Order: sequence, then structure tokens, then C-alpha cells
Amino acid sequence: MANSTSGYSRRRALALMGAGAGVAAASTALPTRFAIGGQAKVRIGTLLPYSGTYTRLGQAITNAMELAFDQGGGKLGGRPIELVKVDSEAKPPKAAELTNKLINQEKVDFVVGPVHSGVAMAMAKIAREENTMVVVPNAGANQVTGPFCSPNIFRTSFSNWQPGHPMGKVLLDEGKKNVVLCYWGYGAGKQSAQGFKDGFVPHGGKIIKEIAVPFPKVEFQAALTEIASIKPDAVYVFFAGGGAVKFVKDWAAAGLKDKIELVGPGFLTEGVTKAQGAAAEGIRTTLHYADTLDIPANRAFRAAYKQAFGKEADVYAVQGFDAGLLIRAGMDAAGGDTGARAAMIKAMETTAIPSPRGQWTMSAAHNPVQNFYLRQVRNGVNEVVKLAMENLSDPAKGCRM
Amino acid sequence: MDWLFLLIQTMNGIQYGLLLFLIASGLTLVFGIMGIINLAHGSFYMIGAYLAFSFTQMTGSLLWAIVLGIPATLVLGVVIERFFIVHLYHRDHLQQVLLTFGLILIFNELQLVIWGGDPNGVPVPEILAGSIPVSETLSYPVYRLFLSAVCLVLAGIMMVVIQKTRLGMRIRAGASNRRMVEALGVNVRALYAVVFSVGVTLAGVAGMLAAPVETVYPGMGEQILIVSFVVVVIGGIGSIKGAFLGALAIGLADVYGQVYLPEIASVAVYALMAAILLWRPEGLFGRGAENG
Repeated sequence: MANSTSGYSRRRALALMGAGAGVAAASTALPTRFAIGGQAKVRIGTLLPYSGTYTRLGQAITNAMELAFDQGGGKLGGRPIELVKVDSEAKPPKAAELTNKLINQEKVDFVVGPVHSGVAMAMAKIAREENTMVVVPNAGANQVTGPFCSPNIFRTSFSNWQPGHPMGKVLLDEGKKNVVLCYWGYGAGKQSAQGFKDGFVPHGGKIIKEIAVPFPKVEFQAALTEIASIKPDAVYVFFAGGGAVKFVKDWAAAGLKDKIELVGPGFLTEGVTKAQGAAAEGIRTTLHYADTLDIPANRAFRAAYKQAFGKEADVYAVQGFDAGLLIRAGMDAAGGDTGARAAMIKAMETTAIPSPRGQWTMSAAHNPVQNFYLRQVRNGVNEVVKLAMENLSDPAKGCRM
Repeated sequence: MDWLFLLIQTMNGIQYGLLLFLIASGLTLVFGIMGIINLAHGSFYMIGAYLAFSFTQMTGSLLWAIVLGIPATLVLGVVIERFFIVHLYHRDHLQQVLLTFGLILIFNELQLVIWGGDPNGVPVPEILAGSIPVSETLSYPVYRLFLSAVCLVLAGIMMVVIQKTRLGMRIRAGASNRRMVEALGVNVRALYAVVFSVGVTLAGVAGMLAAPVETVYPGMGEQILIVSFVVVVIGGIGSIKGAFLGALAIGLADVYGQVYLPEIASVAVYALMAAILLWRPEGLFGRGAENG
């Protein structure tokens, strides 16, 4: 084992060196800031993954945010916009350094990012101290709008607590009271399970067993055997990406599909139904969005996105679009003056965002108060079944502002 | 907990262990016989899985995908050995780690360029798609049983080749004293090229066979790399027999850990490794012990 551990520490060192060199090279080529009243550009720094597994998410968020800016005339409070893109690589060890570069060297007015919760935690700590405006377009760690909450930090996506929370009510309404939880035993998995429990246990639901699979392990056979021997009414799971594909397929292969109901937050079936195939059919999840959501704002957004970028929008694009709308609201209220911080923050806190997911507002902790939809996979598509919970707000535990 | 539950969980552990063996066997060959720390082993596993995905889409059958995939990974192994690994034979482990780590980065980026970042599913071949009911609610997928059988057969072939054939004799000799084997007129260079390519192919085949159950996704190779090293170290570096028993032990520790000690499930495997190394610092079948 000595060999592989040494490989990994070296690997981290290399990664850090690489990041340092890349940013240093990039920053020399940038002009210094010039302040000619309204004509100076508003600098928006993105800290998003533009390489690695989450590249697609970073691109969708950036594209949609630019679409939101373009729809606002390409200006923020009358000033032109300059994007400073930094690749987060979704690697938490690099987060502090890259955030510092954006804030202190690039002197950006807003930081938009990240996708990864580990990166978000490091970023939020620095942004609190530096008092830079931050808009988080994905990372769901409860802490960002919990213990780390701050007047200058906003989120346009969700807290990990939120997406699974409405599922408790959905199951109880159908008389399903005995549930097993099965999730990756790390931050997001635990927070998602807690969100479900908070909506389920106080109203008469019973958690018979909790199975935490070590993250990012994808060997589920032992857990499936255990679930089969318990025979609960339903199983609530949190897995994403490759893990979600594998769990859903293993579930069907183990013959559990038509015997026990499998539910989870939307990420269980978001963007992966093609890989899951027939195994995903019928699975119900709750999320703040669905591609098929049939409201005018969503239809208009999806059409505009497809026309501009030639591909279908997804939930990440929606969150990026809303980040753009939120920044627009703040900058318009401040009349383009980033120094008018109080007016800007006030507008960002109070403006109702006309999102493709349906209109939403900020909570006191700066996390969306939003609708959650019950969706079901039909022919490989997450179809909206009904509104599962209206205007759900994160409890924002530990937030003092 | 009734006996049936225990039996199924034991089966789960053995089945997982056999798959681990298939992945780790190539690593232990390359590591033990050539002395190369090949961090890119996980990448070859990933490449195998992605080849299975693409070839299955093209030909419509996993069998054909494997038939096409084996020569492809074999060629890849020859090329990588010829252009990269060959420079490492007389260098220390640090340089091996750096180079093979560089290969990981390159393969990961190539994977994203060619196949993109989405997870992909590979359908289980139709004849093996069924499930056998083992209890009222649970069924066992036939493909997993098939996979276990294939792993057993491959393990048997490898042990026979290493123990009973001339090639195997040379491989074992090369592992214990390279210079002496060279002096006796054996072309060690060619021997190493064969061993490395076979190691790559084993990883690739593991990826191809596992693709339908494991799902094909970016980063799948790195996940498996650490546990493969654990198997190799437990088994004793270079020992196929050791890797076999080590993999089964890891599979069982993993499953039992999750069932009976869920609080420490994530460290069960490493605790087992620590215990075995305290008892036998060279691993179960390390050098000094019987070499096989």
C-alpha cells in the first residue's frame, strides 16, 4: 500500500503545481482595471469545471448565464461585461488558491461557482473574509447557506437538504410508512438523507434501517441483499452519476424493481436515464426542475438555449441562467455601481426570479425558496407528475447573518 | 440473520472478490515480475470498459466487443511498453510513479475527448440477462454468476501458465533474478514486453467483462486502482495465488464489514490489510515464501 499512497500524495502536489503555473500564465496577459465611470467593464469571474468529469456542467452553467446577460441587452446596470473563466477542475485542494486569484489578482466584481461542494466550502470561507459577491450555481452543501452564510453569498440551485425532503410527504400520502435509507456516506448523501427524514419521520414515517455505502464505492450487492431481507414499503437512495446508473441497474437485476418502490432526489435519474435503460422506467424522484416542466418560462428558456448553443438545456443550465438573472437584478438596482453594495444585496434578496423552474425568491439565508416537483421516468424521460411541495425553504441550520 | 441471508452475502463477497482478482492479477504480474509500479493500471481497466461500450454499440453484442477488444488492448500494451515503460526498467520507483501518473492524466483527458463525461450503460447479453430467484424478494443476476465463472477459469489458466509452462518458468526466473536469466540467454526485453502487454490486456478484459454490471463512467479506473494495490500487497507482490486469496479476503471483508460493522465499513478492507501485513509483512505469498 505504501506505493499507492505515495503515488497519491505526489499526485496532489503535481496538481497544485500545475494549477499555480496555469493561473500565473493567464494573469500576466490581463489588462489592469480602468475606472471610467459607467464604461468600465463588470468583471464576472467563474470558478467552474471546464475540464474533467463535470465539464458539461460548467459549460451549461456558463452558457446559460451568458444567455441571461444577453437577454438583458448584454450589459449589467448599463456597463459592459467581461467574463474571467477559471477552471476549478472540481478539485477542492485547488479551490482556495483559485478563489484568491479571482478575488485578489483578477479583482472580479462577482464570483460565480462552483459545481462541487468541496470547492464551495473552501470558496465560501474566503468570500466571507474578502466580502466579495458570490453566486453559487450548483454546489448543494448545506453549509454554504448554513454556518457559512453571509450577506455577500447567494445560491441559485438548492441545498442538499431540499430535493429529497418532499419525497417524505409523497410516500406518507400513499400510506407508505416503512422506509429504508441507502446512500453514499459522505456530505451530500448524509444531508440528503436528513432532508428526507425531516419530512418523513415527524409525520409518522418510520426509518427501519439506514445503509451508508462508503463513497464513492459502487458495489451495492450487500446492500441490496439486506434491503430484500427487510422488505420495506420503499427505499430512499442518494447516488449520482455512475453510482446512480449502477444502483438502478443492480436494483432491477436483483429482481427488486417491481417488489419494492425505489425513490430518491432527482439526481438519481437526471441525465442518466439513457445509460440506465429499462431499469429506470417508473422510478419517481423529486427535484426543483424537470426538462418537461410545461410552463411558459421553461418553454421560452429551452427554445432560446437550444437556438443559441445547439443542444438541450438541463437543470444545471437553469441554475446558471438564474445566476445570470440574479446578478442582473442586483446590478440594475445598483445602477451599475458595484460600490452600492447595500442596494445591490437588497435587490438580490427581494427580487422574484422569473426562472424556467417557476418563479422563486431568496430565503433569509440566501438559498432559493422554490417549488419541488414529483417526476417519474417514462420512456427514458423525467415526466412531471405533480407539484410535490410549494415554496420549500431550507432550514438554514447554523446561519447567523 | 438467517442462514440464507448469510449465504447470499457470502456469495456477494466471493463474487466481488473474483472480480477484484481479475483486475489485480495484471497489476501483480507487472509489479511483481517487472518491478514497475503501474499507476495507469486502472486506466487500462477503464479503457477496456469504454471499448466494450463502443464495440457493443457497433456490433450489438458484448461477445464481439470482447473479441475485438482483446487485440486492441494487447496492441495498446505493446505500444505503451515500447515507447514509455521500456525507459523505466533501470530507474527508481519515483520516476515510474511520475510517468504512469502522467499516463493516467492523458488517458482521462482522452476518454473525455472521445467519449464525453456521461456515464454509459452496456447491456447484458441476452442469454445471460436473466435472474435466478434466491429468496422471496431477491434474485441473483445470471451475468454475475457467469462473471465469477469466467474469473475462476482465467485464474486457473494463469496459475497453470505460471507454474507449468516454459514461459511461466522464465517469468518466475526473471522475477527472482533478471541478470542471471539474461546471462543464460533469455531475451528478457521480449519477456517483459509480453508480461506488460498481458497485464494491460488482463486489466482491459476485466473492464470489458465488468462493463455491463459496473457501468462505464469517467474516473472508474482510479476507484479500482487503490483496492487493486491493496489486493496485490495483501497477496504478496508478484504472486498470482496470493492475489487470488487476497482478492477473496477483500471481497468478503468488504461485504461482512458492510453488513455487521456498518460504522466502520469504509475501513474494513484497510484494517484487514494492516492485520495481514503485521502477521506477514511480505503478504500472504510474498517473496521468500513460495512463489506462485
